[in-house]
Amino acid sequence: MAAHSCSYSALLLIICSVSVFIVADSQDTTLSGGHHAAAVEDNPQAATEAAEKTSEQPAVEERSWEATEVEEATLHEAAADKQDTPAPETEAPSPVPQPKDDFQEELVIRPLHSGDIYASFQFRTLWETDFMSGNKVSHYRLFPKSLGQVISKFSVRELHISFTQGYWRTMQWGQPFQPAPPGAELWVWFQDSVTDVDGTWKELTNVLSGIFCASLNFIDSTNTVQPSASFKPLGIGNVTDHRFLRYATLPREIVCTENLTPWKKLLPCGSKAGLTVLLKSEKLFHSSFHSQAVHIRPVCQDWQCKTTSWELRQTLNVVFDLHTSGQGKREWSLFKMFSRTLTEACPLASSSKIYIDITDDPQGELFELSPATPLLSQAMVLGDRRTFSVYDLTQPLTFGTVRSLNPLIRWKSSEGDMLRPLLHAERYVAGYGLQTGEIHTLMYNNHPYRSFPVLLLDTVPWYLRLYIHTLTVTSKGKDNKPSYIHYQPSKDRLRPHLLEMLVQLPPNSVTEVTVQFERALLKWTEYTPDPNHGFYVGSSVISSLVPSIVAMDTNITMDRPLFSSFFPCKEESSFFVRVYTEPLLVNLPTPDFSMPYNVICLTCTVVAVGYGSLYNLLTRSFQIEEPSPGLAKRLANIIRRMRGVPPL
Amino acid sequence: MGLLSDPNRRRALISLLTRLNAPICVVCYMAGVAWFMGLAFEPFTLRTYMSENAMGSTMVEERFPAGEKALATGREFAAHKKKAGGMPVDWLVKTMQSRGLEVFTQRFSRTLPFPDENKERYMVKGTNVYGILRAPRASRTEALVLSAPCTPGDNNNQAVGLLLGLAQYFRSQVFWAKDIIFLVNEHDLIGMQAWLEGYHHTNTTGMDWSPLQGRGGSIQAALSLELSSDVITSLDLVLEGLNGQLPNLDLANLFYAFCQKIGVLCTTQGKLQRNDWDSVSGYSHAVQTMMLMVLKQASGRSWGDHGLFLRYHIEAATIKGINSFRQYKTDITTIGRLMEGMYRKLNNLLERLHQSYFFYLMPSLSHFVSIGYYMPAFGLLAIILLLRALDLWVQLTAPPPRTEDGVVDPEQMSSPGVLSVLTPLVISHLTGVALYTLPIRFQEMAVEHFPVSETEAVVLTAIAVYTAGLALPHNTNRLLSGGGTEQGWKVLKLVAVLYLAVLLGCTALINFSLGFILAITLVPVAAFVTPHVPKFLSAFIMIVLSPACTLLFSVFFFQELQEMPISFLDGWMLYLSVISQGILDHCLYGSLVYPLIALLVYPCWLIFWNILFWK
Repeated sequence: MAAHSCSYSALLLIICSVSVFIVADSQDTTLSGGHHAAAVEDNPQAATEAAEKTSEQPAVEERSWEATEVEEATLHEAAADKQDTPAPETEAPSPVPQPKDDFQEELVIRPLHSGDIYASFQFRTLWETDFMSGNKVSHYRLFPKSLGQVISKFSVRELHISFTQGYWRTMQWGQPFQPAPPGAELWVWFQDSVTDVDGTWKELTNVLSGIFCASLNFIDSTNTVQPSASFKPLGIGNVTDHRFLRYATLPREIVCTENLTPWKKLLPCGSKAGLTVLLKSEKLFHSSFHSQAVHIRPVCQDWQCKTTSWELRQTLNVVFDLHTSGQGKREWSLFKMFSRTLTEACPLASSSKIYIDITDDPQGELFELSPATPLLSQAMVLGDRRTFSVYDLTQPLTFGTVRSLNPLIRWKSSEGDMLRPLLHAERYVAGYGLQTGEIHTLMYNNHPYRSFPVLLLDTVPWYLRLYIHTLTVTSKGKDNKPSYIHYQPSKDRLRPHLLEMLVQLPPNSVTEVTVQFERALLKWTEYTPDPNHGFYVGSSVISSLVPSIVAMDTNITMDRPLFSSFFPCKEESSFFVRVYTEPLLVNLPTPDFSMPYNVICLTCTVVAVGYGSLYNLLTRSFQIEEPSPGLAKRLANIIRRMRGVPPL
Repeated sequence: MGLLSDPNRRRALISLLTRLNAPICVVCYMAGVAWFMGLAFEPFTLRTYMSENAMGSTMVEERFPAGEKALATGREFAAHKKKAGGMPVDWLVKTMQSRGLEVFTQRFSRTLPFPDENKERYMVKGTNVYGILRAPRASRTEALVLSAPCTPGDNNNQAVGLLLGLAQYFRSQVFWAKDIIFLVNEHDLIGMQAWLEGYHHTNTTGMDWSPLQGRGGSIQAALSLELSSDVITSLDLVLEGLNGQLPNLDLANLFYAFCQKIGVLCTTQGKLQRNDWDSVSGYSHAVQTMMLMVLKQASGRSWGDHGLFLRYHIEAATIKGINSFRQYKTDITTIGRLMEGMYRKLNNLLERLHQSYFFYLMPSLSHFVSIGYYMPAFGLLAIILLLRALDLWVQLTAPPPRTEDGVVDPEQMSSPGVLSVLTPLVISHLTGVALYTLPIRFQEMAVEHFPVSETEAVVLTAIAVYTAGLALPHNTNRLLSGGGTEQGWKVLKLVAVLYLAVLLGCTALINFSLGFILAITLVPVAAFVTPHVPKFLSAFIMIVLSPACTLLFSVFFFQELQEMPISFLDGWMLYLSVISQGILDHCLYGSLVYPLIALLVYPCWLIFWNILFWK
């Protein structure tokens, strides 16, 4: 079993890291590919560039596919010199030593089939420094000082924190770029030099609580777990001992402007310039989904990977609703979404771009995009080949004559349906009454012919006592034995249940995981102030390598050379996906807190009456009472006593 | 507590209780009934008030504008329903989808144990359609339900129309914190049962349903809407659910508050509230309203589609639109505004409705009787049983009277054998089991041999078994070799009286109305019956007060209260159908009244019948 788990975790580590690289980097790498293509063409005329681009698409693709193997570190070089623009003053490669830090910002807008629109911001700060080497880092430029101090003080190797309000609707919206569970999620890998991991974790959560103005200080041992396989480091490093990992979620955390403001303060431009001017809370919180995250990880500095740099990615995802914000009209613009337009890039940014996903609309019959942009880009995103229109904010040309950019997407028809997401999951509590219940987790594999393994991570608070012997995993009516199970039972008031399983999902099937539980009776001080609201159980996490949509199509009709399309190539054959289920709200048996007075009265009465009379009966000695003699006899006795004879 | 430890005073008290037993019992009985009747008198009752803070002070504004459009949708729905000859599933799915909901369907099928002649159904197949309005930035943990039944014929089209209109209007609002599920259920309660079982993944009644694809977390509250006309005169609130369960009183308060605010006439039990409580007619009106509620609650049926929610701890009520001949009419936009207001307040809830009462009776919508006020009425009846038991206990433990020659009668001394007490108990319970199982088991045989339909066969078998149980004393006496002694029936009666007291006490805690009605009829029987009373008169009284006759009287009384008196023959037919409905309710939804009567109450009554014919 141990050998099994080892090999699996090693496998998963590889899987995770490879796939994350792919997902994260594919866009940039394809861009560089596109750049090369343009360079080969060597056509300086900007006016004809658009036509050139579109005609060159197949070539671009092939290039991009070749380029997907490119390592992380080359990216920012590529990013630095990738502009085929007549704007050399922005970021021309220069002989002077490269700046030690670098900032990029981008916004991806994807129109969704439901008519909603998905906007995803990413801000990436890269700093070639070493917090761990002992010498104190005190000069900060782009990297936020507050986070830098956290990294060095608590010996953090990786830190991922997300605040989400709402639930990502996979069936309507497809997969998100950065998945996150409702509420707050925090997972941290510590350096292996940390001796007291739990203590450091406790301090770290309190500090982060202050930085992000969130109730992260509610993270304690009762909701912290150490997943053995589901959360592997995303940065470089080969320590995968999960003793240095801590994972916690707070499904109840409510995210609002007080969390957004400190998050924005971490950005070099604040909310003054660049894409960040769009982040106005009155619009961001008038949406269906809002998720903001901070990811810190060490990455390679260059190709040889001799030294590491620190990468800070700040992401913000938001989905605007067609019916409430769009007034039902299928038409979106930056102004309609954020009630702002763009006038400039962040001056500190080396790259500042807006991508608009136009994959579903290659010929422009579904929606129209204005102003049209000459730049196109292709990228492999979540196993699918996507085409984007690109607006480069570092070029003044982008803003046109009106000096402001406000891309507008107007639907022409509402036709077309979405490809079903290959993997999605849902969860609910079954049963009624306040004694027992059953947690059902459903995992859907919608792939028509491929099965794939998924890792399920379940964290259940101790007050739901899982009956682990009732755990069943069934797919297509048959028992589906997990090949790896890691279960850590809970301890009352100390730690939660942790259940990790590696389950193979058969093609085109639903796999159902059920486990029964008993609801514990809490001590009266342990109830929350609103006990009748219920108690939250955090989302399950499903991590998997999903066969990609591109690879699904074995009968390729697109004009690709035949020799290139027989064996599916490895990078494309699958992509990493993390799916979060909805959190659960479970009612526990709750005393009637509004009746302490009645209870006191009743108890006192019972004690007084019951105890008093019983005590009385127990302590009293009983004697048979002589019946009192008659008057004549009493007189006779008096006379007899006077006479000195014994009485009658 | 000297009473217990002082043998003299204890003896005095006991002798007082035994000597004055009969008068005390009569006084208690009168007091119990009087107390109960007094509950409807307005000065003795409490005004309803909103206990839930989240629904109280927060003001909401109702702006639902699209009543006419909802009516048009309702007409469209009616046309499609007629065309499809049932639930127009495709049309509903498309309509809900176009309103921006996530739509799912659920198929279900159920074969009834015997044909339901009231609703003319036997093998039921149907589809529920529901759409979920996802609340923005909520994480699918809480939901509210609005349901409307899809009934055959021309009923409830307006309800579905209004439901769809509300869905469209709600969809464009941003203030929702809980998902809202709009459910159109087919075959009223059966569809609702299938949906609820699917939602909670339980199967209590052996129904076939396809699993649900979409959920909204734990349901906090539900309203069921029944509306069959374009304009209405009043809205009626139905609260009684399965097994006499009631939703939290705050739900009724919410409805009443919004009716007051918007200016809609509202009723409960179809009775308008009156202001002249001090007049005789005003008082009798309140009594009628309360008695209707008691009878409905005692029946253990679900009096609307909401009734099945209560099992899952979901507060639910049915709102019925009533169109009578009154002048003043309310249009559908107003009803839509009322629903909007209620949902917005339910949306504001931070916790489940739990602040107010779960056990109450309502003599009018603005007044209620809480459990603390009505329980003494039952307690006064129950104490009679305890007094009788005490009396019997004293008689049994008292030294036997010496005969003239000073020799104790040996036969009197010997305590009765266990067998003489156990036999009647076992036999009467076996009869109860027969009453519970035979009607459904033997319906096919009965249909073969007698010219009756299945339903009639079930009901008539039940009545036949019930009647056959009356021959029990003969059988018992034949089994007992020596015949009963004087001690024997006393022991048996002591057991029976205590049994009845426990039984009624438990029933009244769960379903007060049922417990009280049974107590009113069974307590006098239990109190007076001995082998020494005149046989024929007593037998007649006992039969009149038996559970079956109680049900018959209740049927007539209910019709009388509803101001729909019926002839004896119609009443008898109604009585038969009520029995069949009771059995069906048990099989389909798990109502407990039929097994309670058949397995516990009826055997208990049989024991008293046995005592009457003790030899």
